[in-house]
Amino acid sequence: MNLFRMHILIPVDDEAILAGVFDVKRELESEIRRRGMDSEIKILETGTVGATGKGVVLIVYPDNIYYYNVRREDVALIIEEHVVKGRLVKSIAHEAGNDLKHGHKAFHQVGLTRKQPRVILDKCCMVDTYNIEEVISYGGYQALEKIISEKITPAQIIDTVKQSGLRGRGGAGFPTGLKWSFTAQAPGEVKYVICNADEGEPGTFKDRLILEGDPHKLVEAMIITGYAVGARKGYIYIRGEYELSIERTQRAIDDAMAQGLLGDRILGSDISFHLEIKKGAGAYVCGEETALIESLEGDRGNPRVKPPYPASKGLWQKPTLVNNVETLANVPHIISNGAEWYRKMGTEKCPGTKVFTILGHVEYPGLIEVEMGTPLREIIYNYGGGVKDGKRFKAALVGGAAGVFLPDRLLDVRMDFESLKEDAAVLGSGAILVMNEDASIPEMLHSVLEFFAHESCGQCSPCRIGTKQLLNMIEDFRAGEGAESQLDAMIRMSETMYQTSLCPLGQSLIMPVKSALENFREEFPAKYKTKAESAIDRRKK
Amino acid sequence: MFHTEAHAPENRHYEQLREFIREQIDKPGPLIQVLHRAQEIFGYLPMEVQDFVAREMNIPHSEVYSVVTFYNFFRTEPIGDHIINVCLGTACHVKGAQLILDALADELDIHVGGTTEDRFFTLSTARCFGACGLAPAMMIDEEVYGKLTVDKARKAIREFRKTTEKK
Repeated sequence: MNLFRMHILIPVDDEAILAGVFDVKRELESEIRRRGMDSEIKILETGTVGATGKGVVLIVYPDNIYYYNVRREDVALIIEEHVVKGRLVKSIAHEAGNDLKHGHKAFHQVGLTRKQPRVILDKCCMVDTYNIEEVISYGGYQALEKIISEKITPAQIIDTVKQSGLRGRGGAGFPTGLKWSFTAQAPGEVKYVICNADEGEPGTFKDRLILEGDPHKLVEAMIITGYAVGARKGYIYIRGEYELSIERTQRAIDDAMAQGLLGDRILGSDISFHLEIKKGAGAYVCGEETALIESLEGDRGNPRVKPPYPASKGLWQKPTLVNNVETLANVPHIISNGAEWYRKMGTEKCPGTKVFTILGHVEYPGLIEVEMGTPLREIIYNYGGGVKDGKRFKAALVGGAAGVFLPDRLLDVRMDFESLKEDAAVLGSGAILVMNEDASIPEMLHSVLEFFAHESCGQCSPCRIGTKQLLNMIEDFRAGEGAESQLDAMIRMSETMYQTSLCPLGQSLIMPVKSALENFREEFPAKYKTKAESAIDRRKK
Repeated sequence: MFHTEAHAPENRHYEQLREFIREQIDKPGPLIQVLHRAQEIFGYLPMEVQDFVAREMNIPHSEVYSVVTFYNFFRTEPIGDHIINVCLGTACHVKGAQLILDALADELDIHVGGTTEDRFFTLSTARCFGACGLAPAMMIDEEVYGKLTVDKARKAIREFRKTTEKK
């Protein structure tokens, strides 16, 4: 194996492709060849680093320097200055709005490159996912090997996961080990595990980062999970729009099969497991596990009446376990390092780390992994760089579309399942949408309600009718026909939906409705301004 | 019921789809995967294609129709040569995506989801294409246009038409 003195990582995702990442890569390769440095410098194509809106990103190791918005014509300069002479190319970094405007020393203190305890994203943007040997040398499939060589039993695995305190990252926060034990105990020869990668939450792309940046971790986690609950077949249900995720995950499955890490009698053991990708077709409700199962069976994604739960009657009426991508990504780490190690991160009741997406009016939108229980203020100001253009913070919509509008007095809330519950909020998908003083809460709520009216599957009447009625009511306000009493009617409506809807889609609207109306009531006069009208007002000023 | 035979000529598109269905039919739950393939082949899923799928898979057309109309990914209308997708994800929304969309509908004189008379543009929306840092954003075919204003968006589609038509 050749030892390289320097690695240049090129994260590739859809955004980078659109920004011309392959042109940059070709230029980089030919420039390095031209200078005869092929044996010294290695170029690595990796998954995305988690920053958005930064165009083509290059990361130079071991210096750990990030270049943003790199163009083809910048390549020669980077090679000449940085690679050959070891000097930082300040002009590009600076011009690109790189964090250098805070001074070079502050580089790792503010913004997305600030130090993060990356556990489940440890290999994202660090390894070439198309090279399974490299993935293995970075610790991939270590947990699986440990299980086989130390002959760890399924019961021991479930016990370790239970002790680790891992909770489902899909939104509800149900204890993962307990969920596994239900499926493991269910009678039946044939069982299934399903990975929910139908990431439909607007403004969330954490699962995509794992699917594109470290699909082998998911494959390994699925094998371990299948072994633990007694399933020999697994499905990964990926959003149809995530073409690159599908391609890379399929490649990971094929490579693992070729290496004997997947398939019959894995590494000569008694463990057999097969994996298949199913393409989703875009329906928000399919994030609900029984709807996802219906969709996997090829039908409309209508949620089922529970019980029976998937643990006893799931896919094709067999015992089934459904876990989110992020949840599963924790599993190999817990097996390799033990429950004790895992519990050292995060809080007592919510151990581990959590991936958050920070979007909206912030300086550095993107994706970070931090410990559970990190205060919201720290996430927005230290990682997100604070509210953009020096404006005032108004609210953060936390937890996704069905999340809660948090006002500034709740900025110090700790971001974990339990702490948020105390403030009647939810962690959900970990999406944090920051709104500045100019943002309109009623307009934002209108957008949320419109989304839900569209995505309601129509199966149960509280949700089908309720979403539409809520939308009608807020549209009355838009038309200047709203009344104070109607605001209370909206809260009552969402409470009824909470109590009577079949699945979380209808149940969860109470979160945004109540929090918007209670925390920002003064913004709902009989008529509020639409986006277009406020834009006209601003122009007049 | 339709006289579908007349609409489903023995051409290579249907032959391709038939072959895929035969590969899939013994696997459990293949309908959505078959529809994905059909849309790749035909560009959209008109009644004739849905009916073909129903007959080949030996299931009621109503079942195919109910699945097609349930999912956002499947379309039943033909589309223009070029698709404009305006992102309405939350990040784009707070930065004024609706204004962009309204302006484009006005510019092209079509409703959202519609296609211009000359079948050049289809105006569509997306939930989030993960380019949140460029909000508000739209895509014309595969190319992203970010940090839009109403004027920038109008200008972009005019220029796109001009340069494309020249080619």
